Amino acid sequence: MREIRFTLNGREVSTSAHPMARLIDVLRDEFRMTGVKEGCGEGECGACSILKDGRIVNSCILAVGMIEGAVLETPEGIAATDRGRAINAGYAEAGAVQCGFCMTGMAVATEALLRQNPAPDEHQIRTAISGNLCRCTGYAMIVDGIKRAAIKGSGLW
Amino acid sequence: MVTFHRPVDLAEALQVRAETGAIPLAGGTDLLVRHRNWAGTLPRIDKPVVYVGHLQELRRIDISGNGSGPQMTIGASVTYSELLDHPTTPQLLRDSIIELAAPGLRNVATLAGNICNASPAADAACALYALDAEVELAGPSGRRRLPIAEFITGPGRTALNNDELVTAIHLPPDNSTVKFYKKVGTRRANALSKLSLCACARIVDRTVTEIGIAVGAVAPTIVRDRDIEHHLQNTAPEQLALRIPQTLQQYAELIRPIDDQRSTAEYRKHTALALIEQFLTHELR
Repeated sequence: MREIRFTLNGREVSTSAHPMARLIDVLRDEFRMTGVKEGCGEGECGACSILKDGRIVNSCILAVGMIEGAVLETPEGIAATDRGRAINAGYAEAGAVQCGFCMTGMAVATEALLRQNPAPDEHQIRTAISGNLCRCTGYAMIVDGIKRAAIKGSGLW
Repeated sequence: MVTFHRPVDLAEALQVRAETGAIPLAGGTDLLVRHRNWAGTLPRIDKPVVYVGHLQELRRIDISGNGSGPQMTIGASVTYSELLDHPTTPQLLRDSIIELAAPGLRNVATLAGNICNASPAADAACALYALDAEVELAGPSGRRRLPIAEFITGPGRTALNNDELVTAIHLPPDNSTVKFYKKVGTRRANALSKLSLCACARIVDRTVTEIGIAVGAVAPTIVRDRDIEHHLQNTAPEQLALRIPQTLQQYAELIRPIDDQRSTAEYRKHTALALIEQFLTHELR
């Protein structure tokens, strides 16, 4: 079967997975990117969020054949950057993490937002994370964490 | 096992479609959810799939001008986010997209997919009814164009033949001066509509010259009635106000919602009529 090539966290990679395999399964099982979480499996909860060509997408409802040639970034890739560290620091300071399951997806949504808009207001933050469900926090601490991340990482985006 | 075709161009996509009857796949936000399977397994689809999301011929937004304003041609693989980023996207369509799903879905989902899915609750399709959109189809015998109301023939049913693909959606110039979009859903993001109203009108010198009212999720297909609209045209807003009771009665006959997990028929009908009344009473000025 033909190899499917794409860029994963800055590395050129390829997979021989079936093109209709779910991207989330290929990322987790073949590339060991277990920061990509499966929550709902139908694009509602955002736990499986990654960046595709700089935009946030749900990897549970993408087939791997759809991402040939794309540039993908997972939570692992983002966490290893100064911006990722600023996001983590902002979240930690705000006490934004409770059970933690939604956090990697939230961090991806935060990175997607701050790339487009390095100084978002509260409404823009809430819109940016509207596809990411958290059942613990009530969102207030996450919104606060994103505000803090934007300040801590000021100039990085 | 499901077969995945990734054609190099539209001609090859049409050939695959004609030879195998493959299901077109663009963003996949409906198709891959409907056929979802256990983690680590392939989706359960009994037909081959032909991917069209990457085809450059379908990824374009073209603007052509005539005297009355810009005409927009939206390629079938253009995503909602790309429409939001485009300065020519009509406000009514923009308003419906902003309230639709969430960023991660809008980044992959397409307008053409929304109409091919043909849900009566399709929010963006509702805007297309109000905006007089036309759907362009390509097949072995060439291209054809259908008004959106003729393209969607029933819940989940369209006029698309097994050897055809949707290639574009055409929007005529939007000359409306009043736009009104209201979606009633359970929460702001990611909620499918209980019902929605997309309405627009052109008022020139205190006369309503054109009016378009589309109601979503209240009948087997989106409701738009040219005869009722015709009776509201070429009147001053205050004359039009006198016709509201009769107009609402006419819409009441067309609005035949169902009970489902999202809402009840009674609530849908009551709220849809209230929104039409609000549009006619408060927005037209």
